Amino acid sequence: MIEVTLIKVGMADLNIASGGALLKTTGLGSCVGVTLYDPQLKLAGMAHIMLPLSEIAREGQLNVAKYADTAIPELIRRLREKGADIKRLVAKMAGGAQMFAFAGGGDSMRIGPRNVESAKLMLDSFSIPLAAEDTGANYGRTVELDSGTGILMIRSVQLGVKEI
Amino acid sequence: MILFPKDEEFKMDVLREVGNIGSGHAATALSTLMDRQVDMAVPTVSLLPFESIADRVGGSEAIVVAIFLRIEGPAPGNMFFILRPGSARRLLARFPVFDDFEADQYSELELSALCEIGNILAGSYLSSLGDFTGLYMSPSVPSIAVDMAGAILSYGLMQFGTMGDDALLIDTIFLEGGQEADGQFFLIPDPESFNKMFQALGVPVE
Repeated sequence: MIEVTLIKVGMADLNIASGGALLKTTGLGSCVGVTLYDPQLKLAGMAHIMLPLSEIAREGQLNVAKYADTAIPELIRRLREKGADIKRLVAKMAGGAQMFAFAGGGDSMRIGPRNVESAKLMLDSFSIPLAAEDTGANYGRTVELDSGTGILMIRSVQLGVKEI
Repeated sequence: MILFPKDEEFKMDVLREVGNIGSGHAATALSTLMDRQVDMAVPTVSLLPFESIADRVGGSEAIVVAIFLRIEGPAPGNMFFILRPGSARRLLARFPVFDDFEADQYSELELSALCEIGNILAGSYLSSLGDFTGLYMSPSVPSIAVDMAGAILSYGLMQFGTMGDDALLIDTIFLEGGQEADGQFFLIPDPESFNKMFQALGVPVE
């Protein structure tokens, strides 16, 4: 039997993996899961981002993994430490749903789409291409990135499993 | 994260009483609605890491039926009424119109009925809380989702998200006929709302 290492990424958390290990984060709602992959080194990173911009932070000790504009640079830094070349990195993204539909509702109700927008802007600023995404809609997702292949598996209650 | 640097234990007790009064009224409403006795556990008040909040309803990937309301007014916050799928089905079965169903599917009418039940219960929770604190608490239009607990609950953590990685949760479990949890109320006041509630109740704040 082949043992596959599973590395769990919590909410407002990030991590990297290689050698065929899996990176997994569960229950993405309005949060967005951003993954970066260096196909040559088979080196993968994943962030479970909760909020779009760190400028809204009021916490003493900033959790960089929580905000799109700080999590992506940190993930890139961690991957480069392991030898990744930023020119080879490709991104995938899932989540950013709007779990509850309201008539009206303020900007905070749009947190999912705003997380996605902010993450895309960050990737753009590093010229990292977005290879695939499964974002928006109104349902939760659990995602798993295979560091051996770069394939992102997405599971949802309504639609079952798909790969991007 | 330290939310209450002073008198923490006392403040947690006050919040437990807030939960007790609110959910007591909601339990009575549920009991009337179901024409059955509904018991309620003592509310728990805890400051929990985001990661562990979904564990209160069976884990991040557990499927739950959740009715969400945003509380508006001087002390805003988020409120969830959460049912396990089996309990949602039992609740619907009390109404003869829903006797024909598919086990894992909910029709639009069934979802609408569950949403309205959640609305009635949350309404009685909030109106008693409003009477108790003298603060106007206005619930938003309710919204329902059947999905992974983690995806649903994270939606109620955004206001705490900018402060740290924990949220304060007032959690009450309902039991019907001595079975396992049938329904659960989560009240997550916005971080700024605590001092307003404490002031309204005569609790000294720093």
